[in-house]
Amino acid sequence: MGEWPLIAGQVFNGFSVASLYVLAALGLALSFGLMRVINMAHGEMLMLGGYLAYLTLQVVPGPLGILAAMPVAFLGAAAVGAVLETTLIKRLSARPLDTLLATWGVSLILQQAARNIFGAIGVDVRAPQWLNHAYTVQSGLLEGLTIPATRLFILAVAFAVMGALSLLLARTRIGLLVRAVNQDRGMAAAAGINVRAVDLSVFCLGTGIAGLAGVVLALLGPVTPNVGQSYVVPAFLVVVLGGLGSLKGTAIASLIVGLFSALVQILVDVSLAQVLLLLFVIGFIQFRPQGVVAVRSRVLDA
Amino acid sequence: MDMSLRKNTPLSGPLAGIAFGRSLAVPLAVVALGVLAPWLVSAYELNLLARFLAMALLAMGLVLVWGQGGVLSLGQGVFFGLGGYAIAMHMKLAALADGDLPDFMVWSGLDALPWWWVPFKSPLVAILGVVLVPGAVAALFSWAVFRRRVGGVYFALITQALALAFATLLISQQPSTGGFNGLTDFQTLMGVELGTPAAAHGLYWLTLALVVGVFVALRALMASRYGLLLRAIRDGENRIRFLGYDPTPFKVVAFTIGAVLAGLAGALFTLHAGVVSPALVGVVPSIEMVIWVAVGGRNSLAGAIAGTLAVNLAKDGVSSAFPDLWLYALGLVFVLVVTLLPGGLAGLVADAGAAGLGKRLKTLIIGEAK
Repeated sequence: MGEWPLIAGQVFNGFSVASLYVLAALGLALSFGLMRVINMAHGEMLMLGGYLAYLTLQVVPGPLGILAAMPVAFLGAAAVGAVLETTLIKRLSARPLDTLLATWGVSLILQQAARNIFGAIGVDVRAPQWLNHAYTVQSGLLEGLTIPATRLFILAVAFAVMGALSLLLARTRIGLLVRAVNQDRGMAAAAGINVRAVDLSVFCLGTGIAGLAGVVLALLGPVTPNVGQSYVVPAFLVVVLGGLGSLKGTAIASLIVGLFSALVQILVDVSLAQVLLLLFVIGFIQFRPQGVVAVRSRVLDA
Repeated sequence: MDMSLRKNTPLSGPLAGIAFGRSLAVPLAVVALGVLAPWLVSAYELNLLARFLAMALLAMGLVLVWGQGGVLSLGQGVFFGLGGYAIAMHMKLAALADGDLPDFMVWSGLDALPWWWVPFKSPLVAILGVVLVPGAVAALFSWAVFRRRVGGVYFALITQALALAFATLLISQQPSTGGFNGLTDFQTLMGVELGTPAAAHGLYWLTLALVVGVFVALRALMASRYGLLLRAIRDGENRIRFLGYDPTPFKVVAFTIGAVLAGLAGALFTLHAGVVSPALVGVVPSIEMVIWVAVGGRNSLAGAIAGTLAVNLAKDGVSSAFPDLWLYALGLVFVLVVTLLPGGLAGLVADAGAAGLGKRLKTLIIGEAK
């Protein structure tokens, strides 16, 4: 195996990691654009999705179990998101930093609950037969490059979610309302939009997508109580890079973070890659502090 | 924020003169009790108290950074760790003959001291390193972020990524950092045998003296023009810009002071605990540091000390007996303190005071109480 398959493999890896980040970060970014709050328990929505996938597979074994798990995880995480939004985040919406701390508390409680219910070691979700193989390039420049089907599946899920979401935002009435509140909350409220309802539905949508991400995550490794933590910190960085509440920005930023991590890992180990990613983010905001895609606005104190 | 700019603590302002006699008596009694602690409590309890007081240094720094400056740092563990590792590296080297390597390096097959270990052979470098390394890292880091007007939630998230990167780096570079186990098994510090009661008492008093000194210094800083501007930036950064100030240096200075105090806290903690490890510096411990201050009161130095002692005593008591319960309790504390008690214990005390005599006086002096 020469150099090219290695690099191509890492690029592909970068894309599949990026698709996980995009699924994890979309909910964060959308809610952040609307309410300026970050839900630190978002990683636990991934975890919840993973456990729900595990439970669904107990009920629906067989090749299509994983497909059945996706709506279950989406609805389950969205329901938990609804509870979280109405009981906690709504009360703190004018205090973004306090929201960080309060939702961190929720994250601790959810992790410990998972530990007590499912055990600290974690549970396995076995990929069905139709996902349990890999494609290998047999000849040519990229000979030897192996692409696992699960990774392709993740990519497909990410693209489907992105497509559905951009259609929702661009083509439906709900999307119109979301964009209006995102651009100017005060004006939207003055125009008679129920801003609170928009907040709540976007938050639930975001946690639901995270739940969905949890299902695909479960295909990659065991579901543990802190499985969400390892994905959520890069997802936070994606939000920082992406720009306020922009779908396109979040997608590009996920791709940047995913590809950067994957390509840097050709040269250095995982821990150094993390340090370099952080330096990269700090370097990036020197040039574009407003993020990859910025919504133009005259508002100064956003 | 419902506080006016001038107000530092709930009891300053028109009430300060009246409260002064009482407010000086209580701290003096507390300090006296602190000084006498070695004769009042067991050696084990004294060690715990010393650790918690070291952490209180960091907590007071957070009052400046978060309470006064409005900058939430979820990465104080990094600076705590830098201070702790600086002194720990020195103590590891001081116990060795020339040319020898610390035991864990030998086990990992290293045959030469990494270059960045070498300067820490000198006690002076180590002690300077305790404050200068965290200070320099914090100044550079925060300047790079704040100068581009990136703050608030973004800054908090970036500091959390910093904590994650730092802890992962420490663990993965096992041959030169001691990895997951960290650095431990210290014998002497500058020729003084550690582990004797005399050394323990001395270190405890040193910590107590630093806590008192930092308390007084930060109080003065918060009451100064700098403190006023810092609070003004917290409450309306753009307004301050329009008045002709550049907020960046003010925030960088606050963050740097916070980091220096965290480094100092880390070094003292390492001396008291006899160990420094990645488990003390990562994402989770870093955010726990914030909750000490949230519980005590983010705008009150005394509250920060009280909160640090209270949370850590509770942790020590509950987590050894019921480890599961502790995490639920801690999670609940995060949620409840932030939603129901944003002023922390100090806010509660001030409210209680205001409800009684204080409120009537306030109404008398400044008219209708809010």
